[in-house]
Amino acid sequence: MGLSEERQKELEQICRESRVELIELLHKKQTGHPGGSLSACEIMTVLYQEKANVSPDTVRDKDRDRIILSKGHAAPILYMALAKAGFIPQEELLTLRDLNTRLQGHPSSHALEAVELTTGPLGLGMSAALGMALSLKLDESPAAVYVVAGDGELNEGACWEAAMCAAKFKADNLILIVDRNHVQLDGTAEEIMPMGDLGEKFRVFGWEVYTCDGHDVGELCACIDKAKEGKGKPKAIIAETVKGKGVSFMEGKNIWHGKPIDDASYEQAMKELKGGMEG
Amino acid sequence: MSVSIRDAYGRALAEYGDRPDVVVLDADVAGSTKSCVFAEKFPERHFNVGVAEQNMLGMAAGFASTGKIPFVNTFAVFLTSIGFLAARTLGSYSGLNMKLMGAYGGMSDAFDGPTHHALEDIAIMRTLPGFQVYVASDAAQTDWIVKHCIEEAGPVYVRLSREAFPALYQENTVFEKGKGMIVKEGSAATVIACGLMVGHALEAAKILEKEGISLRVVDMFCIKPIDQELILRCAKETDVIVTAEEHSVTGGLGGAVAEVLSAGGCNVVQGFVGMEDTHGECGPYAALQEKYGLTPEKIAETVRECIRRKPE
Repeated sequence: MGLSEERQKELEQICRESRVELIELLHKKQTGHPGGSLSACEIMTVLYQEKANVSPDTVRDKDRDRIILSKGHAAPILYMALAKAGFIPQEELLTLRDLNTRLQGHPSSHALEAVELTTGPLGLGMSAALGMALSLKLDESPAAVYVVAGDGELNEGACWEAAMCAAKFKADNLILIVDRNHVQLDGTAEEIMPMGDLGEKFRVFGWEVYTCDGHDVGELCACIDKAKEGKGKPKAIIAETVKGKGVSFMEGKNIWHGKPIDDASYEQAMKELKGGMEG
Repeated sequence: MSVSIRDAYGRALAEYGDRPDVVVLDADVAGSTKSCVFAEKFPERHFNVGVAEQNMLGMAAGFASTGKIPFVNTFAVFLTSIGFLAARTLGSYSGLNMKLMGAYGGMSDAFDGPTHHALEDIAIMRTLPGFQVYVASDAAQTDWIVKHCIEEAGPVYVRLSREAFPALYQENTVFEKGKGMIVKEGSAATVIACGLMVGHALEAAKILEKEGISLRVVDMFCIKPIDQELILRCAKETDVIVTAEEHSVTGGLGGAVAEVLSAGGCNVVQGFVGMEDTHGECGPYAALQEKYGLTPEKIAETVRECIRRKPE
């Protein structure tokens, strides 16, 4: 079932607000990763606001859907999505990366219950998501497991071990969303480690593959709906995104992977992002 | 000789794994680790992931986070090297209930050589906060360890062995986490050993007895948390402590005991029997033990030397 026009507008508005608040937060804290947070904004928003069957009331429910941010450095957008969905108070975001915070530099499942899996070291999330998916299948649970990985992260060999294994065990309740932003820490993916046709790679590993514009909430939702239907195979959604999306000078620039936001850049970013708020 | 440690493990896993929350993972060595016994009985809960240890450890974390008790099987050397990142991040840091079963501990995979020996696993794993670390010293104890892993939540590393060790305990002996076992009383010196070396220490006691030296032997099968009380008591009562392990003398049982003695301000002479900062080689297991000083004679010699060094 498609997204109503009204709901689509609501989700787009949440994404606009999230971007503004994210840049405000990272500027204030002078630490945290902007580029990969901005590219995953629509993905995380769609999962927490629309598609995943999990809420603050069901965070301990054994049949809840699981959302795993495998590219743990995008923690700020995870926390933003959790705040927007009511899992944590909005004002708690200001404790990001502080001493004694629940909002650790990379997501920590024991620091914050709503975090399904500790991530940060890349390449572990897909395997853990697969373990969860098979475990839920053993329990005949209807739950789905969503795992969001970066395209740079897919350099890690362990991801492909998980890819083989998910196909072997027919983990059709596992939905991988690749934040295909084409930029990693040291440069573009083409420069550092070209990943070629990711969709084709997953297809030959035995996955059902979908591709969409990862900044289009309607397309993301439609892909997830289709992915949930198929039986017998794990699903990969290659979400084409732009690293630093929404801030012109951050877009496609690896230096904004983890750089603190200076005042001048902050002013410029705010002008651009708030300019987009009118819609 | 009793049943081999790995056979005791395989049997215990299949017996106590008779509950729906136990899952078993193996990386294409189920025939070696003996997780195949479980696989035959409960195929739907046995996951052979192929030669892919990183993925196996990550999957175990996912199983653990959804309420399962995953037993993760491969050779100790691969588990504690390739598997370390997931063990650290998800077992230790996040406290997930992962049971890492290190097959072929020490040099027990003798003919396969140093690439397949695990002589640093205890040192590696005991640095991880929250992990319990066990070294199985006989078959009955292996059985208890498996039961304990199922009954108590939390990350655990267990070093098993390909080989059979002399029986030390009756079947169904009840052990306790963090409590070493005195397997022989003695008054002149204490050997604190684990695994293969407990049996060797008992042999050493027989040698020394003929010389009028009364040796106490402790089986420190639980390396973490370690039995501080027992170590300090032995230091007080015997004032020579020799540790014996099929492991590097760096950072393993010897290191753990030295930390306790040092922090406790003990005026005691400690000797270390183990691999002397070296890798082994391939060959018959007994010959390897002989060449690298993992023998009753070497333990006896170290005890004598420590007694000589003892201040008047």
